[in-house]
Amino acid sequence: MKTSKVMMIVGSLMILLLFVLPLWNITLEAPQYPEAIGMDIWINKITDHNPNDIKNINLMNHYVGMKDIPTDMAEFDIFPPVIIFMAILGVTFGLIGNKKLYVTWFIIMSLLGTAGMYDFYRWEYDYGHNLKENAAIKFLDSKGEPMAYQPPLFGSKMILNFNAISLPMSGAYALFAGMFITLAAFFIAKKEEEKLQT
Amino acid sequence: MKSKIINTTSILVSLTLLFLAACTPGGDKNAGALSGNLAERSFVAPGEHDEFYGFISGGFNGQLSVIGLPSGRVFKNIPVFSVDAEKAYGFNEETKPMLNTSFGFVPWGDSHHPDISQTNGVLDGRWVFINENNTPRIARIDLTTFETTEIIEIPNSAGNHSSSYVTDNTEYVIAGTRFGVPVPQRDMPIDEYKGNFKGMLSFLKVDPESGEMNIEFQIKMPGFDYDKAHPGRGKSHGWFFYTTYNTEEANTLLEVNASQNDKDFIAAVNWKKAEEYIAQGNFETMKTNYAHNVYDERTHSATTTWEKEVRILDPAKCPGLVYFMPMPKSPHGCDVDPTGEYIVGSGKLSANVTVHSFDKMISAIENEKFDGEAYGIPILNFEDVLAGVVVQPGLGPLHTEFDDKGNAYTTFFISSEVVKWKLGTWEVIDRKPTYYSVGHLMIPGGNSQKPFGKYLVAMNKITKDRYLPTGPEVTQSAQLYDISGEKMELLLDFPTLGEPHYAAGIPADLIKAKSRKIYKLEENEHPYVTKSEKDAKVVRDGNIVHIYMTMIRSHFAPDNIEGVKVGDKVYFHVTNLEQDYDVPHGVSMIGANTSELLIMPGQTETFLWEPKGVGVWPYYCTDFCSALHQEMQGYVRVSDKNSDIQPSWTLDGE
Repeated sequence: MKTSKVMMIVGSLMILLLFVLPLWNITLEAPQYPEAIGMDIWINKITDHNPNDIKNINLMNHYVGMKDIPTDMAEFDIFPPVIIFMAILGVTFGLIGNKKLYVTWFIIMSLLGTAGMYDFYRWEYDYGHNLKENAAIKFLDSKGEPMAYQPPLFGSKMILNFNAISLPMSGAYALFAGMFITLAAFFIAKKEEEKLQT
Repeated sequence: MKSKIINTTSILVSLTLLFLAACTPGGDKNAGALSGNLAERSFVAPGEHDEFYGFISGGFNGQLSVIGLPSGRVFKNIPVFSVDAEKAYGFNEETKPMLNTSFGFVPWGDSHHPDISQTNGVLDGRWVFINENNTPRIARIDLTTFETTEIIEIPNSAGNHSSSYVTDNTEYVIAGTRFGVPVPQRDMPIDEYKGNFKGMLSFLKVDPESGEMNIEFQIKMPGFDYDKAHPGRGKSHGWFFYTTYNTEEANTLLEVNASQNDKDFIAAVNWKKAEEYIAQGNFETMKTNYAHNVYDERTHSATTTWEKEVRILDPAKCPGLVYFMPMPKSPHGCDVDPTGEYIVGSGKLSANVTVHSFDKMISAIENEKFDGEAYGIPILNFEDVLAGVVVQPGLGPLHTEFDDKGNAYTTFFISSEVVKWKLGTWEVIDRKPTYYSVGHLMIPGGNSQKPFGKYLVAMNKITKDRYLPTGPEVTQSAQLYDISGEKMELLLDFPTLGEPHYAAGIPADLIKAKSRKIYKLEENEHPYVTKSEKDAKVVRDGNIVHIYMTMIRSHFAPDNIEGVKVGDKVYFHVTNLEQDYDVPHGVSMIGANTSELLIMPGQTETFLWEPKGVGVWPYYCTDFCSALHQEMQGYVRVSDKNSDIQPSWTLDGE
């Protein structure tokens, strides 16, 4: 079998690692939390980074009216079948062995990834802005507006006394690596065809 | 012109600094007490940890305090034998059984000699054992929770002073008898003491997994005063040594009448032999009654089991079990060096420190070279077992600990000093004053096969002018010495709680990673646990009311309770739902005739409230838990005895 074909199949299968590896992590650091508290975001769940972290994040956040971190989201139902579908599609494209299909798969996956990030941003926005009316503590920002507690999409940001850090985890790296391999498959397939023609 | 002066000045200043730097002793460990870096060597920078844990007995406060070394800072005062209202120890329903004895509930104790569990003669950092002198007991403290998890009463004993030392593999922890008593207790004239009173030596077997103790056997010894004890180490493993005084068996004015004999004894007990006699059934079973109190970490509750009998060995009927080695003048400390060869007895009325040899003792026993007997127990010749004498090292020797370089350190109460001397040559190497009248001393691991010879803590009996005065009663004082060099150096003076007798020290790295942070809520098996707010409730059973309550930042559930009546017995069973490190909550009720509760994350505790009058009575959180701690409060409505208001409970109107 051609190298490009193998790469396309392997690359698209790699996205299945998202079922066993967490995608993203948000960590909160503050002096009185010397071990930091954090949550790991998966395609189908959100879990404690260390035992009881989510409970402790919720406890802290409830003072400013933030809602609990959801245990159930529509995304948890949508993402897994989409990932399975894309893996099957990628393997099929690989078996067909058409390089245009490879790049098509890569573009679809990139669009889906971007949509996922946009969705993540929307959830973060809502989580940080949509506060309970009867919150015990209501802070205002420098403009006199009610303070928002939205965590960063990527990188770190100070929210009151907490440094919030949002970074991809192993699942995201597996996804990126898989996508990169499929893209490489496209270019290698191109080279293989050129070789045949000469 | 001006700049020239400044220049000259600065050159002079730098020269002076250079000169000073050259003269500062720096790392020279043999520098005197005035050397410049002493403060640094006991200084633990903000946020950093001490190198050693110290567990210091509280003496007449009945507790065990946890300190850091070299800083001397106090981290916790673990309640053991005395009630502690701060922690509800002995006040809440869960820990009341811990202080049960055959005499009933005893709210106070006199804690003496902590000892850390060992494996192969080396500290393993699993448990600390500590004895109670007044109402004879031994407690075990778990070094993952730093809480007292077991207390066992010692029957047939009084003045449990020669206690609670552990053998090389924590096979046994021991108890003794300092005040001879009739066994069994009976009504008899006091002046018939001699020959009739007994001094029981008790061996408590320790379960290697759970650490649970049980009294395996007692040895019925003559009514001498068994003062201090030390297990054999290494080659003398299998033996236990006890100092005795009052071999005169005086029953009055002991300060004179018990100080007449030129020599008292060190009793050498072969506990491996004792095990053989037990296995052969060569013991007497005696009916008795004593309390065995165990705290269960899962139910967060203690229970008392009443033990009914003990097995007793009579040394007169068990040849080879016990020998007496003469030791000058009412010896106090009994200490065995890390090799197990030397048995140091400190004759407190003697000017010398006398050391016996284990090898010589064995050879004397094998050759049956005895110098008579006492109550059927063979007495060895003083000269036959003598290893050496430290001549005139000071006045009033009490206790000895060891470093890892073959040196011994003995405290002298009367001359207020610690003296360092060499094992084998018996020469005095150094002496340093203490402030004042030192009792015990402690070197981490200093009574095991592997001492950590870096620091020595001297615990003093008299304080006088060492600190700011606080009226007639002043704190006790301790001194920390650096013993890593040839000469000892005084580093630090620090106050201690209660009256420290002995202490035990251990490198912090051996235990700090095992220290528990929370109790897991899902593992909580308390019969009255409430694991979520929706399970909170109030249940009436006759005039007994059980309130199943939860606490979490920053509210109680429920926080409005009605349907309680005057004359009710109201039990607040309160569960801390937190699962985060260092988020305890407290709770207390106006007018409750008990202490607060201080509840750790995942734990359930109970207090009893008997409302005296109608009204609406508040309760609140007593530990500043969070930003809205002040809002963490609730009310109980108390109605007349004949009211027909049914129990109801709400949180936020729901």
